Amino acid sequence: MELSDLFDFGPFFDNFDAILDGFWATIRLSLAAGVLSLIIGTILASFRVAPVPVLRAAGTVYVNIVRNTPLTLVLIMCSLGLNDILALTFSDDSGTTYYWWAVLGLSAYTGAFVCEALRSGINTVPIGQAEAARSLGLTFSQSLRMIILPQAFRAVIAPLGSVFIAMIKNTTVATAASYAEVVTQMKTLLDLPSFTSGAIPLFLGVAIGFLILVLPTGYFFGWLAKRTAVVR
Amino acid sequence: MTDSKGELTKGGGLEDDVPSDVPAGGPLVEVRDVNKHFGELHVLRDVNLTVERGEVVVVIGPSGSGKSTLCRSINRLEPIDSGSILVDGKPLPQEGRELARLRADVGMVFQSFNLFAHKTILENVTLGPVKVRRERKEEAEKYALELLDRVGIANQAQKYPAQLSGGQQQRAAIARSLAMRPKVMLFDEPTSALDPEMINEVLDVMTGLARDGMTMIVVTHEMGFARRAAQKVVFMADGQIVESNTPEEFFTNPESDRAKDFLSKIITH
Repeated sequence: MELSDLFDFGPFFDNFDAILDGFWATIRLSLAAGVLSLIIGTILASFRVAPVPVLRAAGTVYVNIVRNTPLTLVLIMCSLGLNDILALTFSDDSGTTYYWWAVLGLSAYTGAFVCEALRSGINTVPIGQAEAARSLGLTFSQSLRMIILPQAFRAVIAPLGSVFIAMIKNTTVATAASYAEVVTQMKTLLDLPSFTSGAIPLFLGVAIGFLILVLPTGYFFGWLAKRTAVVR
Repeated sequence: MTDSKGELTKGGGLEDDVPSDVPAGGPLVEVRDVNKHFGELHVLRDVNLTVERGEVVVVIGPSGSGKSTLCRSINRLEPIDSGSILVDGKPLPQEGRELARLRADVGMVFQSFNLFAHKTILENVTLGPVKVRRERKEEAEKYALELLDRVGIANQAQKYPAQLSGGQQQRAAIARSLAMRPKVMLFDEPTSALDPEMINEVLDVMTGLARDGMTMIVVTHEMGFARRAAQKVVFMADGQIVESNTPEEFFTNPESDRAKDFLSKIITH
């Protein structure tokens, strides 16, 4: 091996468009899964604090199963199991279908973590807040929506930021589920017979790309947490 | 006692599809043979209490005597083990919509205020009327400002609870309860968490309410308030109602040894 191999950025820039396409695919997956996992996590957290035992049990079982299953397994089950074998497809276009299965699998997985972060937030809201809400005549769902969850969310914005950072990095596992995000692109490039040198710069480039995505996410959540903190 | 009659509500805009049951006459709150345990601890023992319309009942007693539990059980924040509690002739329903509707008619003021920390004072006061009573926002705000003015903090309406003093927060909490136009108000040690110089501003508001004819059940250690505003003093010890009398009789002529002992301890301080 020659030292120049380490600094051969040629292939990286030659394939810059393909890498950017890959990142764009990563971003689309992150955004959709971020929104969906927030919704799933909120519903799960509501289940886990509900007065109905069946809902509580359902929430607990879901979280314990999904949170303890490797993401790769979840995603491969979505793409190979549900999509390929059971033929549950979203669209005739296989790219679109794999995208939505990746979104769904990643959200189902991340939702369990969002739920647990949110539940710890619910625990920071003093019991008196719920009692006051109930004594005004608000129903359980009203007091959850208007009083408990708004305060719980504000308490866990920073931990939720960590969950989303982990989720952005977890998008790379979607390559196992046939979704062509940035790591898939990178691997395709590396597997080309014409690819002879510049692997390390390619890795570095993709890593820096992730830094560019993730660092602002972290700062954004930090800023948001400060801005919305509830003073007691 | 529980016949339904479509009632024209006391305030504007609170029509509900279901007419609320309002039997005329009869006591407003009835507690009958109520028992309650916290694990091994028997906190309420065969408690009986009747509160007439417009009556102000002060509940006093040593700590751990069950007076807070009694107060909280009247709007079912604490479920009871046996016995029955009737508000306006209707037994307390199970947890659910029906209970929520009943709680809307029963105001509650807590020791620790429990104002919604993420909402302004005005939002705290209008939340119930808008979300539970389905009042129009403008009307709710107008009434809320009247109430805040009545408790002397109209100029704090746009602030958040943490920006107010304890006394101001408690007065805001009283306004929040009043905004629901409750039939009865429960006060669970409303001045116990306050600095001494703030106690009177809250008691003044409560005395005003009593004078205006509000039905009130007040758990407190403020004997001055009991003498001034109450029609009845209920003395509790060890989960039982030991004595129930007019303030004048109770404070000058306590019958039970338990009450004599309690009063002597208070007076020597």
